[in-house]
This record gives sequence, C-alpha cells and structure tokens, in this order.
Amino acid sequence: MNAKKKVIAMLLAGGQGSRLYALTQNVAKPAVPYGGKYRIIDFALSNCTNSGIDTVGVLTQYQPLVLNEYIGNGQPWDLDRMNGGVHVLSPFETKEGADWFQGTANAIYQNMRFIERYDPEYVIVLGGDHIYKMDYSKLVEYHEKNNADGTIAVIDVPMEEASRFGIMTCDAENRVVRFTEKPKQPESTLASMGIYCFTWQKLKKYLIENENANTGSKDFGKDIIPAMLANQERLFAYTFDGYWKDVGTLDSLWEANMDLLSPSVPLDLYDPKWKVYARHNNMPPQYIGESAQIENSMITEGSSINGKVDFSVIFSGVTIEEGAIVNYSILMPGTVVKSGAVVEYAIVGENCVVESGAKIGISPENIENRDDWGIAVVGHNVTVSGTAVIKPKEIISENV
Amino acid sequence: MSVNNNVLGLIFASLHDSTVIELTKHRTMGSIMFGGRYRLIDFPLSNMVNSGITQVGVITKSNYGSLLDHLGTGREWDLARKQGGLHLLPPFSQSGEGVYRGRLEALNNVWSYVEHSKCEYVVLTDCDYVANINFEKVIKQHIDTEADITVVYGRYKYSEESGSCVDVLEMDETGRVSAVLIDPLLSGECNISLDMFVMKKDFLRKLVKDAASKNQYSLVRDCLQPKVKEIKLMGYQFDGYFSRIDSVKHYYEANLALLKPENRNQLFKSGSPVYTKIGDNGPVKYGLEAKASNSLIADGCIIEGTVENSILFRGVKVGKGSVVRNCILMQGTNIGANCSLTAVITDKNVTTEDGRVLTGSDSYPVYISKNAKL
Repeated sequence: MNAKKKVIAMLLAGGQGSRLYALTQNVAKPAVPYGGKYRIIDFALSNCTNSGIDTVGVLTQYQPLVLNEYIGNGQPWDLDRMNGGVHVLSPFETKEGADWFQGTANAIYQNMRFIERYDPEYVIVLGGDHIYKMDYSKLVEYHEKNNADGTIAVIDVPMEEASRFGIMTCDAENRVVRFTEKPKQPESTLASMGIYCFTWQKLKKYLIENENANTGSKDFGKDIIPAMLANQERLFAYTFDGYWKDVGTLDSLWEANMDLLSPSVPLDLYDPKWKVYARHNNMPPQYIGESAQIENSMITEGSSINGKVDFSVIFSGVTIEEGAIVNYSILMPGTVVKSGAVVEYAIVGENCVVESGAKIGISPENIENRDDWGIAVVGHNVTVSGTAVIKPKEIISENV
Repeated sequence: MSVNNNVLGLIFASLHDSTVIELTKHRTMGSIMFGGRYRLIDFPLSNMVNSGITQVGVITKSNYGSLLDHLGTGREWDLARKQGGLHLLPPFSQSGEGVYRGRLEALNNVWSYVEHSKCEYVVLTDCDYVANINFEKVIKQHIDTEADITVVYGRYKYSEESGSCVDVLEMDETGRVSAVLIDPLLSGECNISLDMFVMKKDFLRKLVKDAASKNQYSLVRDCLQPKVKEIKLMGYQFDGYFSRIDSVKHYYEANLALLKPENRNQLFKSGSPVYTKIGDNGPVKYGLEAKASNSLIADGCIIEGTVENSILFRGVKVGKGSVVRNCILMQGTNIGANCSLTAVITDKNVTTEDGRVLTGSDSYPVYISKNAKL
C-alpha cells in the first residue's frame, strides 16, 4: 500500500487526434510538438508539478511508443518520486479478457485499482490536448470550499462559438444546473474545459454504475456529468480566465503556435515561477549566421539559421540555409530547409528535408480565391523534392 | 576492454583558479560559464561519460558552491548511479595543513575514495581546456605502449605571454616525453600538455604516497619533470579543436572562436554530446525589430535589439534599439533599451539601464562583475 495522497491526477492521453492527420500518424496527439521545445502533454504535466500534484496516471492507448518514451520516468517534470510520480497506464488483460479503453469514463474505470492504491480524497481528470497554464490546487480549493461532489473547470467563450462546446448553465452560486453538449441554442457561454475535480468516493460510485449500465459511450460529458446532475449531486463550475487553447486541429495547432509570437497573448513561457518543463536533448545553443534575417520568431537550441525567418516557430535542431525563406510557419525538430526553398503558412513535421526550390504553402494575400487558402502540412520524416509544390490545405505524409 | 568499471575519472575543478581571477571571484574554474549554456566542467565530465567512464570524482578546493549546485547528483551526465557515479570531493586535509597545493597532495587527501574504487586505471583532467576528446583511445594507446603515464598534448602557438603554468613537452621519435618544460622562455608552435593523464591506479598510488613522504605536492614539478628519465611518460597527440582558458582575454577569445563552424562542429560532435544542467528555459524569442547575425544564442533569451558576433547565455534580454557587438553576456544579463555594448563580458545577472554605452577592445574586453547594476 502506498502512502495516502490527498489529490491525484488522471491524464487522458489515449486520443488518436485524427484531425491532426499526418502529424499523428505514428504518435499520439499529446506527443505532438508544440511551441518550439515542448510537446502538448508538457503543459498538463507541468501544471501538475507546479500545482503540487506529484501523482499522475497517464492513460495511453493510441500509438503510445513515442509518448511512453517521452514520459519515461517523469524526471523532466520532477515526477520521478519514491511514492507517487508519473505512471503510464496502458490497457491490460484480466481474467475476464482484454479490453481497450472505450470512453473517457471507462478508461478511468479500468484503472480504479491504480487510484485506490493512493486512497485519494480527490481525483483530477485532465485531457492531454490543451495548451494552458492552470493552478489545479485552486480548483481543488474551490471544490473543497463548496463541499462539492464534482467541479468542472469552465471558460467563458464568445456566444457564436458556444455551440462547439459542452455548455454549463449555473445558478448564482456557480452550481451547475444544466449541462448541454454542443447546444444549438446555448443558454450560457461557460464552456467545459474537460478538466474535472471529483470527490473520489462519489466518482467511483458513478463509474461503477455507468459501467454496469453499459451506455455504449462511457464518457464523462455524455454519461457521468448528466447522471450526477440527475441525482442532484453538488456540481460546481470553476471559471478559468487564462489562456486556453485546444490544439485538436491543424489550424488550431498552427494558431496556438502563432499565439506565442503575439505580445497580447497571455501565455508566458518565461515565467521563472511557473516553468513549463520538457524533456531535453543536449544540444548546443542556436547559431544565427551572418546572412540570417529573423523577425518576430521563436527559435530553439541546436538550430542553425542562415536564411530568412519571419513570424515562425522553429524547434530544436532545425537548419535553415542561406537563401531559404520561412514565413508564418512551424518547423518541428530536426527539419532542414535548403537554400532556395520557400515555406509559408505551413506546418512541417519532425526530421523533414525541404530541398532547394521546393515551395510549401502560400500567403493568403497571394491567392485568388480566399476559400482555397489554408495551412499546408508536411508529416514527419518526409523529403520534399526541389520540384514539389505543396498547395494550401494540402497534407503530405510521404516523400514528394 | 570494458571501460565501465575499469577506469576512474578524476577531475580537478579548482586548479588554475588564479589565472582568471575576475571570473573565479564567485566560483571555481570548473563552474566558469562557457559557450552559451555550459560550464567548463561540462567538457571533461561529458568526455568521460562519452568514453564510457561511469565513476567520476570531482576534486574541489574553494568557492565551490556554484559547482555543487551545477553538478547536483550528476543526473544530467547520467552519473546518478548506484555503481560508481559522481562523487564530489571537497577539500579534506589529512595532514592538518589546510587545503592542498597541487594534484598529488589533493589526491593524497582523497586517496581512500580512489582506493575504494573498483578500477585498474585512472584518468586525471583539469578544467582549463575545452575540448571534445575520447579517452578510450588514450587508454588504448596507454595500454598498447606499456606506458607508466600517458599525457595528452596538443599543438599550440606558444609564446611567453601565453599565460602561466603551460607545460611544454619535448618528445623523442617514439612519442616518449624526453623533457617537461614549465613556462619556458621560447616561442613558436610546440606541444603543450592538455593537463589530462592516464595511468594505473597502482602507479598513481606510488606517486602520491612517495610525494607525501617528501612533503611534495605537484605532479608535474615534483614528479614528471625531474623523473622524466625514470618514468615512461608517453604523449598522446590530440589533433582536434581545443582552447585554453588561462586569462580573461583567452576566455573571451575561446568563446568567440565558437562562432566559427569548424571549431563548433569539433566541439559539439554528434555522437559525443556535451551534457549540462537543464535550465527549462523557453525558446529564444526575437522581437519585431530584432537583428541577429553570427551569434550563438542560448534558450530563454529575448532579443528586441541587434546582436552581432556575440555569445548570449541563457535568459539574456536585449532591449529595443540596443546594439550588442563582440560581447559575451552571461546568464540573466539584462540590457535595457538603446544601449551600445562592444567587446564586453558581463558576468551573471548584470543589468544595464537604458542608453548605457560600454566599449572595450578585442585585445582588452571590458569585464562587468556579477550582479552589477549599471
């Protein structure tokens, strides 16, 4: 038996992230690179560490190799602990047979024994596909103060976007009275962030009931929350007002990277009191060459820049040769852009080679029909030949 | 040969402190910052790890607070281990005569650590040379030539102004050292010791105990130089890139030398990376009016002005309208707006207000001490 923990976190990292297409062909979405030197999961893991939560279960399912290797023993996030720490939880076989995780609630249900080993009072359930900095200890405090059974973190979204989210209707005390998944006519603009704090004994009861009811979805939003509301359990909404961005689509991933270049976006990667931790790979500082022209960009160690870089996020170990142009783009680790290549409004995956003369993407100003415009995407380990032209909205996952 | 358990690495982190007295005011030789994100000890330590040496003792002397903080448990060098790993050996005087005066005396003080190590060979190195060297090759040559001691040397343009404590080696045609000259009065290209030695533990024990009984302390002056005929001292030529840190001027030049790709590529080789403490800084952010060229810039920097021919350590800020040329700005340096810095070395956490102008020359860079506010 492990020592009791007041709070543990369960991080749902099994999602396929199918709307990231080529970028998640061989890696789970939480392992997709973001922000120059991070992977998406770094934000949730660092939030745990910075919030004083030292026990985290990471539930993986889809293409877990890269993610497992990346998390390792949890040391980069200070989660290599004698008691607790980060644990990767994969689907497993029991006497009754083997089962994949069937939904978010089922994934937690299947790992109840992990949770019980720490006998926690509260369990925080997190997604692994959002970029945000949040102090979960404040969420737990709020939960305790309300004597709540469940607390759902919500964010105020513009009314016109509200119908894309799960929307909470609350009373004057912020107690949730109604929850509607993607309403056509939203009653409120408080959207669920997919971040929950539950009193564990309460959640356990509902997980078991949900499992036995066999609804088919076995999902927090579709099953657990509605069931708790139906039974008048005390559910509260905790309003978060910081930066929060879903990176589930190629456009939103691109935008979330571009947000880092905007001085008005409140996501500070340089705050010494709230560092975002990541696994590093010992590279020398970046070298900026004599012919480099860099404007409003982020560049990471191990890179060597001799070309022109504007409004871009460049990951570690990237080479941009003299005469290459990179605008409004995201270049993931180890990619090489050769002299004379042009990369604009694009996401280029890890370890790609963009040969001289290749053209990837185009500026929206240079396109006739605005509807034809979008981000061009090159998957991981792809060589783009010198004669190739990758059009806007095009997604490439093999050599061209 | 399995190097792992058979070789003990010993790093002298605090020899030569007095040659760069400005930089060692708050620290010791091994913890002097170098190359944008490293400290000098990272190079010998990484060399050992990359050569398969998994037990390393670091011998310190004074001002070692920053060194202890940097090394921690040795995890970043993969040396936080049950078997072997990193051991910090602060001064420990057996003779009651205070801290040690030279390598042999230092070793006598920590001999029980060396004795208890399960090793046949020891590799000794200081922290005053920056190089990426594979000790496996040195050890192999040492065994093949049946040497008593093997010393690593490099070709170096030596002159009397080269600084102090340079050991020039004369060798016969077999590579055996025939004379050891300490700070000789000559100039020209010659072979200088890189202060890295390989020998058997048993041989080292004899040298250490013999010196102690005679109240001697220096490996080179008391042992290698007078006994060069008795001891089979073989040279191993290192022909890769190295730089010697023996004055602030040379420190400045050695840093800026990394802007040349041929030097950089030899020091940061794929396959033998240089490990260092992780800072968890964000990527470098370049602002709308930023200009950077021919510079080495570490993560966590925020550049709003112009940076040319410079080395910027982690977390340096260069304000709008400021121009930084031929400078070395250490960790946490904060340059305000509209400043102009030429040939300046700022130590850690230096801040300058807006509009400051500081100008040194390449032969005499201005050095600004730690935490200074201008």
